[in-house]
Parts: sequence; structure tokens; C-alpha cells
Amino acid sequence: MTERNTPMGAGSPPPAGSPALEIDGLGVRLPDGKAARPILDGIDLRVLPGETVGLVGESGSGKSVACRSVLGLLPAGARTTGAVRIAGRDVLTMSRAELASVRTRQVAMVFQDPRASVNPLRRVGDFLTEGLRAAGTTAAEATARAVELLDAVGIRDAPGALRRRPHEFSGGMLQRVVIAAALAAEPALLVADEPTTALDVTTQAEIIAILTRLRAERGTGLLFVTHDLELASAVCDRVYVMYAGRIVETRGTDELFARPRHPYTAGLLASTPRIEAGAPAPRPIPGRPVSLTEAPPGCAFAARCPHAQPRCREEAPVLARYGDGLAACHRADEGIEP
Amino acid sequence: MTGTERGLVVQGLCKRYGDHAAVDGVSFTLAPGSSLAVVGESGSGKTTTVRMLVGLERPDGGSVRLDGRDRSARPRNRAERLARAREIQMVFQDPYLSLDPRVPVGACVEEVLRLHTRLDAAARRTRVADLLSRVGLGEREAAALPRRLSGGQRQRVAIARALAVEPRVLVLDEAVAALDVSIQAQILDLLATIRREAGIGYLFVTHDLAVVRHIAEQVMVLKAGRVVETGPVDRVLDTPEHPYTRLLLDSVPRRGWDPALVAHSRRAPA
Amino acid sequence: MTLIAPPAADAPGMPRRRPGLRLLRVLGQGPLFTAAVVLLAALVLVAALAPVLSPYDPEALDLASSLVGTTGDHLLGTDQSGRDILSRLMHGARTGLLGPLVVVGVSTVLGTVIGMVAAWRGGWVDAVLSRSMDLVFAVPGLLLAIMLVSVAGPGMTAPVVAMAVAYTPYAGRLVRGLARQEKARPYIESYRVQGWSGRAICLRHLLPNIAPTIFAQSAMNFGYALMDLAALSFLGFGVQPPTADWGAMINEGQSAIQQGAMLPALAPSVCIVLAVVAFGIVGEGLADRIAKRER
Repeated sequence: MTERNTPMGAGSPPPAGSPALEIDGLGVRLPDGKAARPILDGIDLRVLPGETVGLVGESGSGKSVACRSVLGLLPAGARTTGAVRIAGRDVLTMSRAELASVRTRQVAMVFQDPRASVNPLRRVGDFLTEGLRAAGTTAAEATARAVELLDAVGIRDAPGALRRRPHEFSGGMLQRVVIAAALAAEPALLVADEPTTALDVTTQAEIIAILTRLRAERGTGLLFVTHDLELASAVCDRVYVMYAGRIVETRGTDELFARPRHPYTAGLLASTPRIEAGAPAPRPIPGRPVSLTEAPPGCAFAARCPHAQPRCREEAPVLARYGDGLAACHRADEGIEP
Repeated sequence: MTGTERGLVVQGLCKRYGDHAAVDGVSFTLAPGSSLAVVGESGSGKTTTVRMLVGLERPDGGSVRLDGRDRSARPRNRAERLARAREIQMVFQDPYLSLDPRVPVGACVEEVLRLHTRLDAAARRTRVADLLSRVGLGEREAAALPRRLSGGQRQRVAIARALAVEPRVLVLDEAVAALDVSIQAQILDLLATIRREAGIGYLFVTHDLAVVRHIAEQVMVLKAGRVVETGPVDRVLDTPEHPYTRLLLDSVPRRGWDPALVAHSRRAPA
Repeated sequence: MTLIAPPAADAPGMPRRRPGLRLLRVLGQGPLFTAAVVLLAALVLVAALAPVLSPYDPEALDLASSLVGTTGDHLLGTDQSGRDILSRLMHGARTGLLGPLVVVGVSTVLGTVIGMVAAWRGGWVDAVLSRSMDLVFAVPGLLLAIMLVSVAGPGMTAPVVAMAVAYTPYAGRLVRGLARQEKARPYIESYRVQGWSGRAICLRHLLPNIAPTIFAQSAMNFGYALMDLAALSFLGFGVQPPTADWGAMINEGQSAIQQGAMLPALAPSVCIVLAVVAFGIVGEGLADRIAKRER
């Protein structure tokens, strides 16, 4: 754990070693009749300070809902169970004011589309300093800090950039601005929801380089949500794999990729095209992901699983320890032929 | 320029928007039944290039020939327009937007047959069922409106619709980019099978180099409207000659990847 | 060329509307929408059956019973000339609806043709059509109507023609915007790649997909046209006495107000307000339904 700067404003820093984020048995259900199954079901997830944790899944897996819940953003009318703790406090039971303070001081979020998260009419400088000013920093200090942040995310001529408006930036440059703003309050946790999906590959590499460097320098915990397994393997220390609203497997990145225990993880790995010379052709997973209107009994993946047994269609497997991580599969102990 | 070459021959293709050259002298050849990947980042001109091939954009210069027949000028009449459409078809990126929301997918394939063939209603129905089953869709899907189908299923419909006219060349513009990985692999698989069976040439536009390895024999790398490197896929991906190709390759995330290195080499002038 | 994961699948039920619009949208839903539809249906029915339903001849003078208040004989009383107000309202609904129907019908058809041609052809065709629409747009509809009346003489025809012309750019701009947006969608482009003619694509695919929105806008325009035509009649440029017309009735009823009789002016005013508001609610409600379906 690298040395941490004191977080801005109120809220005592969490004791060293305690998780930056702790999701405990999180369940999210839409009002009756809108969905056949919960959007999220019994999600347990931890991010330690300075750790990069991947949350991987396909559309409909619930990964975006899970990561938005960290900021207390939930689908309209949804009922929740469990807890989402940041610095030991549950965001699900917070008042609006507390939530606002958590969002400005302890958690920051970077979304897929940078243009959706900045006001197109305001100057970049205002966007960067508003949080700091709200926390009581003087204008001069806030500006100095904004310049420092823009330098840190690799924007040249930072003082000039402060005077420009969002449309004068390319998508990649604007995503850097969003990341700079996210880091302004020195949050203990940064949640990045597909932060590079809309960007070109070379730009993606730069953004990822910035995120990993800043995390190493500042000890920020990073929850990295992506559909891209290769990207997750490249940047994360640990990975959670989600399917149909549940976590089906989690373990350290190296072991997850070398020895996946859940057939879905193995299937995702096999279906991801690899660039190495002689890499085997991507092998599809038959069928399609479970939609919200379907609630299969037993394991949600059973219908697509090459290893499924009759038992899998009747009895939902629970997450249990296999190797250095957890997997929710009746046959996890048997191992999967790569 | 003998005009008798087989396959798709593109020479010196140009497109300008105001002062900006979106496509600047692109030339390539696609042999019948082969697959060429067109790779580049946004603004590289890869999409503009293929849109000119299918007539969605008018080139400002250069020529496009298929088996010697020129198709760069505006079609003179209906017959010529239809003949060109039968030669090159296209599958778009976003399966959520590329089908008419009001037309059931079976009818969507059928109307292409009505435009291009003289089949009677019964023969058309049989052919629609054939085409849909070739892409793995059944009667139930045929009767459904696009919004009832998943992204992968819609992309299958788009492929069946493109195949209906038995084109010589199929342009796939980021056709798997919007799909989940497990579904993307299904579609790549399907496309490989179709090419094996029907001998259609593919122009596969993509930003994803990992996909290129598995779908194409030749690759052309575009940057700012120009071709920077072209060659057999294995040669270009294993021993890239142009620094920009190398940068693109280094940018592909994988285990043990060092993004900082990419960031550094990107800043160094290529 | 970007990778866009479909957000809807992963975040169901996420509120996506701008909050400022919500109040307006809510108004267009539920019982109010139903009430507005019922009101308009009743209005159409009354207009169609006015000769059968109305208790008196709307133009029959009866100076003996001038300005009678609400009685069993005259449910809404009579005007200064002793004409039954209810009967006049019922007959007034005919001109009141027929005028806007022609205005909206003609302007929508014209606007749709102009808007679609401008959007589809683009380039100089678009420039010429758009600038022409701007030109018409710059002339106030009422002014155009008054000018036309001064040339053609009073009566329904001149105001209706003028309004139809004045409303065309509204429909034209809307359709042009919608069609341009739709034309850029891959499904329309895929029809082009298939080799369909521009006319076939526009008529069979583009128009049906934007028609619901055009229709919703027309419903709202109907209300505005009704109000504009009533204003012209009120000013004496439209329907001429003794023909029953709501706008003209307000005008005639003005002097009765000084004599303490509110109904001759008030009753037609209420009718106009109700009709305009009902058309607004229906139009807004339809637009909302379309937006919902497209999500």
C-alpha cells in the first residue's frame, strides 16, 4: 500500500487495510411484473485501497447496475437488499446530503461516454474546480490544483485547457479531463464503467496507462467494469465475473486466466479473439445471455454450458472456494479442460 | 487499367469534406472469395472508403471496378442500380438500428427478393426460410419484429438479408463490434462458414486487430485517409513494417501488457 | 466507429428523461388524455349532427327574446338578436372544425412533401426549399390572412388558404428534421445499398416511421389553427354573419357584456379554450406515446 494523501474535507480516512469498497449480499429487484429475476442477486465484492478489481460480464449481466449502486444510483423503483459500504458506511441507507458528500469526496466515477458527463456549455476549468470550490478551497488554489491534475493526466498546456470548452476536445482528451475531475477530491475509490470502450485502441492504452499510474501513486482503489476480458487481464489484480445478475467466479487475474473454474469464464476466454500468432479461432458459447424476463431454475448458465448435468438445471450452485478464489459451479472441483 | 481484372479493384479513391481529405488515394484489390480486413482508428477513413464502394458516398476521385465493371460513377438507370446492388452488399455495425423497426424480419429478407428476383410468392417464402436457416434463425424469428430479437439475432438477419442477392462482395462495417464477446464469436464463426460455402469476398472493416487474425487473409492499415501498410495478415501482425501498425499492435491489451510504453511511443512522432 | 454496448439491456428502468419535460409529459397521459379524446370525439359528433341535435335554427332571429338568460327553452340563453346560443355553438363547431381540418390537412401534406424532398435530396434542393420555408415563416400568418382577405374579400376561403400556407413551414421544418435524422439511420442506408429507389424508400419506409410524430404535431397544430381562424373571425375577416362561428360569436357578444349578459361572449370563448387545450393534450400525449415506444 503506497502512502496516501489525506482525503479532502470531512469524513475520516478509512483505517489502513480496510476495504475502499465493500459490497455485501447486494440484491436489486425491479418492481413486480417488470422482470422475472432480480437484476442483482447476492453480490459480494471488495476493493482494497490501491487495488484494481475487474468486474467483467456481458450485456444484461448486471455489471453496470452493480457499479452504479456504489454511487447510490439505482434503477427507478428498485428494491434493494444487502449493503454497499464505502469507508465503512452503507450508501444504500444514506440521506441525500450524505450521499452527495460521499460522491464528492470519497467515490468518483468515470463513465463510458465522456461527453455525457460534462456540461457542454461550461469551460473545462469550471468543471474541474466546482467540486473543490464546493469543498471550500479558494479560487486560486482550486485553479492551481486543476492545472496540476490536468498535467497529471497528460494534457499539455493545462492553463490553456482550463479556458476551453468540452467540444474543443477529442473523446480521448475529454476522458482525461473527466478522470482529472474524478481525482480532484482524492477519492479513496474510483469506479470506471467501460471508460475506454468508446475510444480508439491507442487512446485506450494511454487512458489505461494514466489510470494505473495514478492508482499506484495515490493508492486509490479502482473498480474497473468492462466487457473486455483481455483488457481486464491486462490491468486488474483480481477479477469478478458476472452472469445473469450473479457473481459466478472471482479470483486473482493470473489464476483466473490460467485456470478458470467456471465454464462461463472458460467460455468467455475461449470466445475472445486473441491476437497472438497461432492463437486458436474464437470458440463461441452457444445460445445467448439470459434476459431479465427469464428466470431459469438452477444455474443460469446451464442452458449454454457444455458441462451441464441434470443437477445444474435444478439446483442453483453457490459461490464456494476453489483454488485461490470462488466459483459458483457444481463441477468446479473437477477442473475444466482448456 | 485494363478493365478485365477479376475481383474488386479500387484505385486512387479520394473523398474530401471541405478542406479535409477523409480518404486520400486508397488503392487495393480484393480477389474473388478472399477476405481483406480494413483496419484503422476513428478518422482513418475506413468507413468512408467502404461507403463509397456501396454507393452511400460519391467519390471525388479514383475508380472502383468489380470484375472490370466500373461502379464509381452515379448509376444511369434502375437496371444499373440493381445490378450494382447485387454485386456488393453491406452489413452495418449497429444491429439495433440497421433493421426497419416496422418490418418483421422475414418480410425484411423477402422484400429484397421481390426487388431483385422474379420468384413468385411461394418460391420467395421458401428462399426466405432457406436464408434464415442458413444464419441459424427459424420460423418463429421470421415472424418477429426486430425489437423482439437480441443483438446477435438481428445481426444474423442483416447477414441473411445481404446474402439474399448472392453478392460477390460483402462489406462488413464493424459488424461484430457492438456484440457481446460470446455472440461475436458466433457471428465470426457464421461468417467463416458462409465464406467457405458461398465463396463471397469479404471487406471486413474493424478497429479490432485481434479479430483480424481470425477473419481475414489480407489486411490494409489506414491512417488519416491513407494506406500505411498492407499485406498478408500473419506477416503484418507478426512483423509490422510501419511504425503506426506497430503502435496499433502494441495498443491491443493482453496479459503482461504495458500501456505506458504505448503512450510513450504514441507521443514520439511516427 | 465506436463500440457502443446497448445500455438498455444492462440498465433496465433507468430514468433517462430530462426532468423538466416530465411535468409536461405527465399531463399528456392517463385520465386527462382520455378526457381530452372523449371531448374531441363529442365535439366532432356534435358538429356532424348539429342540424339534428340543435334545438333551434342558429340563424333564426327572435328579437322578442333578445338576451334571455339560461332557461328551459334556451339552455345557454340567447344573443342580442334572440338567436339560441346553444344552437349557434353547435353549428359553430362545424366551421370551427372544418377550417382547421383543411388548414392542417393541406399544410401537413405540403410540409411533408417539401420536408422529405429537402431532407432526401440535400444540397441545393434542400437550400432552396429551406430558405423558401424560412421566407414564409417570417410572415405572420394573421397578417398573410388579412392581406389575402383584402384582395379576395371576406369569407372562409381566404383565411383558410392563408393559414394553410402559413402552417406549411411548421410541418415542413419538422418533417425535414425528422427525415434527415431517419435518413442517416443504417436501416434506411441498407435499403439504399439494396438498390431501392429514393422514392420507394421514402414512401414505404421513411414516411411510415416518422408518420406518428407528424400526426402528433398535426393534432397540436389543429388547436392552434382553430384559435387563429377564430381570431380572424373575431376580427371580422373570417366567417361572415349571420353564419354561426365561435370567433364571430365572441365579437357579436362583446356589446352584450355591457348590458350584463356574459354568456353570448363567454360560451364560445370556453368552447375555443376547451378545444385548443384538448388538441394540445392529445398531441402531447401522442408524442409521448411515440417517444415511449421508441425507447
